[in-house]
Amino acid sequence: MSAEAHTHHHEAHASHGHHDEHHHEESFVSKYIFSMDHKVISRQFLITAVIMATIAMGMSLLFRLQLAWPGEKFAVINMILGDKWGKDGILDPGMYMALVTIHGTIMVFMVLTGGLSGTFSNLLIPYQIGARDMASGFMNMLSYWFFFLSSIFMLAGFFTETGPASGGWTVYPPLSALPQAMEGSKIGMTLWLISMSLFIVSSLLGGLNYIVTVINLRTKGMSMTRMPLTIWAFLVTAILGVLSFPVLFSAALLLISDRSLGTSFYLSDIYIGGQALEQTGGSPILYEHLFWFLGHPEVYIILLPALGLTSEIISVNARKPIFGYRAMIGSIMAIGFLSFIVWGHHMFVTGMNPFIGSVFVFTTLLIAIPSAVKAFNYITTLWKGNIRYTPAMLFAIGLVSTFISGGLTGIILADSALDINVHDNYFVVAHFHIVMGVSAILGMLAGVYHWYPKLFLRHMNKKLGYIHFWITFVCAYGVFFPMHFLGLAGVPRRYYTNSAFPMFDNLVDINVFITICAIIGGLGQLIFLFNFFYSMFRGPKSEQNPWNANTLEWTTPMEHTHGNWPGALPVVHRWPYDYSKPGKEHDFVPQTVPLEEGELDGGGH
Amino acid sequence: MTEILIYVAITLALFVIGYMVRVYELSSSIRGKKQHIVTEGDNRLMARFMLTFLFAFFAFVIYNLESYGPRTLPESASAHGVELDWLFNFNMIILFIVFTITQIFLFVFAFKYYGREGNKATYLAHNNKLEMIWTVIPAIVLAIIIIFGLKNWNKITEPASKEAIVIQLYAKQFDWTARYAGKDNELGASNYKLITGENPLGIDSTDIKSNDDIVVRNEFHIPLGKEVEFKLNAREVIHSAYMPHFRSQMNCVPGMTTMMHFTPIITTAQMREKLNNPKFDYILLCNKICGNSHYNMQMTIVVETESEYNAWLSSKSTFKKKAAAPAEVKAVAAK
Repeated sequence: MSAEAHTHHHEAHASHGHHDEHHHEESFVSKYIFSMDHKVISRQFLITAVIMATIAMGMSLLFRLQLAWPGEKFAVINMILGDKWGKDGILDPGMYMALVTIHGTIMVFMVLTGGLSGTFSNLLIPYQIGARDMASGFMNMLSYWFFFLSSIFMLAGFFTETGPASGGWTVYPPLSALPQAMEGSKIGMTLWLISMSLFIVSSLLGGLNYIVTVINLRTKGMSMTRMPLTIWAFLVTAILGVLSFPVLFSAALLLISDRSLGTSFYLSDIYIGGQALEQTGGSPILYEHLFWFLGHPEVYIILLPALGLTSEIISVNARKPIFGYRAMIGSIMAIGFLSFIVWGHHMFVTGMNPFIGSVFVFTTLLIAIPSAVKAFNYITTLWKGNIRYTPAMLFAIGLVSTFISGGLTGIILADSALDINVHDNYFVVAHFHIVMGVSAILGMLAGVYHWYPKLFLRHMNKKLGYIHFWITFVCAYGVFFPMHFLGLAGVPRRYYTNSAFPMFDNLVDINVFITICAIIGGLGQLIFLFNFFYSMFRGPKSEQNPWNANTLEWTTPMEHTHGNWPGALPVVHRWPYDYSKPGKEHDFVPQTVPLEEGELDGGGH
Repeated sequence: MTEILIYVAITLALFVIGYMVRVYELSSSIRGKKQHIVTEGDNRLMARFMLTFLFAFFAFVIYNLESYGPRTLPESASAHGVELDWLFNFNMIILFIVFTITQIFLFVFAFKYYGREGNKATYLAHNNKLEMIWTVIPAIVLAIIIIFGLKNWNKITEPASKEAIVIQLYAKQFDWTARYAGKDNELGASNYKLITGENPLGIDSTDIKSNDDIVVRNEFHIPLGKEVEFKLNAREVIHSAYMPHFRSQMNCVPGMTTMMHFTPIITTAQMREKLNNPKFDYILLCNKICGNSHYNMQMTIVVETESEYNAWLSSKSTFKKKAAAPAEVKAVAAK
């Protein structure tokens, strides 16, 4: 992109912004429904994600009831699932599988990919780099509506005769390819594949937009090394998504073809339902490779934005520059790169060549180095800070704790020899829920509390935020920490009940403890939901820069105007982390403040 | 009725919370306080919570180790598993040290450096020496972990010896079948197109290697101290043969044969004695989601002395005898 084109684009955009602001009355539909404004789209993503997260969390509570008290009758199960799947209040085994599957899919894709990136990349990329809007507002709008459709299709399975997809969120064939194999592999699986295809379209439209916007629409002075770490995280996340989601799309296409057109990409030598199938020559392992080629970068697509938000929130509230800004950028890029060459660690026990397994052990454990650097840098940022405990800051610190706890057990799983005995059991469930589920959710919630004044121009209630954090954080550890021990006792995941095996009989009280924590944690989220929706309308109005932060979004007026800045775009003179800089009157220096004579940028002083 | 009550209770609770928040906000605005602004008192309180959490967290971790730790798998019943358990503990000690240090630093800093009015944070943007230290030290530790890990991995995954007893484990929805290779120690050919009710594994009876094969269900036996090689197959979907007591696992994939091998070192009887549990059994479970009854797909494994094993195996009829049996009966009937 030449410099000329760069400035040209800016002018075009600027005049566009002015034009709209003064002469264009928008209808409700174009303003709130088919909006092309990044701020509205970001709120659309957030509200959809909050609703989807609530549904998915509800599902987890239903199957946790079954796991703690198998065979007990619960009125609530019958109430929600009806006589078909919850007869007499006992969860149907097929529905158990479906709940586990859809819970995982919604959380991974709709909440922590679409919801997290969709909300915060949309909100913060134009705001923090000083742009009027996304590069393509239209594509951005499409991105949301494809996401919305995808969410609808994902839930649609519950309203079919045979129920939703139920082969686990990874939907490995042949289980997912053969309608004879289980009820969930019938129409529910078709809906899952349609939903996922729509989701991938959404993700690509969004991702390309984020990349182009960050590269081309930065305001004057906003060099790459003056970007907040949030933007770095979103940029690398978008690149990962654009490179890996098409591979999942191809996996899904081949699966659709195997299911509907009689091809045999993933099928070979199968005897089911009393007959030998014609398909030969395919391999389910091909699907696993394609799936995890997305699946592993996906983990970082989820985690990096959460870490980016955390970097910003910790720095602002510790009133200190983020420690090791350049090391943080390097870590994000290293994690991004390495995430593409580690997918095989999900497949150590598939019969893959052991030598290839060794290579994946090596690359996977390398990721621990940039991850460790990030963790240490967060901790050092707190050192000698002047920490202000907003609810967002609590969630950000919570993320650092879970990121460490969950990351460490990853070292066991990355070690192929040790993986053999914990592969696919509760040790894995504990690991990935803590490191990416809980961490990313804590990061997302931190983001919601921190940027609520920009999203809805009001404040959320602080005390409710505090209560919400402590319940969530304590219960999250209460749910997932004991699961390590279930794994070490050999309990496989996705078991409807453990009561078929006498060797698991002495683990019953652990499952009860976990479920009680889950229920309390789930009820704790009601506090958040109330706070979230109540504050939207009744929360106290926010001032322009409530957290005394340096980044550009806090220089915009406290109203949602088209084009973000009423006048000219802000000009950036310094990096975003000049907090408590010696010799300054205030403990923050916004990026728009010019450097004094002799003052060094980027952390020197 | 209960449903309606639940709905009413939830609605009421929401109203009450909403009302309380409103009252609180109004009363603080009357007193001229902005409730969303974080005060030094808030900081102090949250800082104390952070420290309390640190202690509670470690108390919880210790409780878990004390109470749940003893309920994890007993000592390994396979030779390679003993080394794996050592490796696991070795790694866990390293991880636990890192876990303890980092969590303590995190929460102690979170406690110690809470915001006080008039205080200013220290401006510290980076420190190359420190960053170098915490890049290099993890790299060294990881190198050690990788070397030990791969040493074990290579040993476990090297091909089984020629003397290993060959057993096929055949997975289908939702049970296991074992087939012993018999005297020739070679499995007869099989083909999914030959599957019938009487021949659920699709064994090819024209292959003479199949004559001495022995098919068993519900439980299979293996001899103490002898290497056993498993050849794994699946009929329709992916399953996973998981034998947690032997620290062994391998997926069973339709259309291909996967393999694993180990040497059992503790008999079922010995393990029952060690655990003081006369009902204890080694178990083969399915550990890859395979359908609605995935949770109940098991086979008992019996480890016994070689002579007991030989006696058990010779009591079972071979594939050829079984296949021939109905024909003989017919012949007798015709006479």
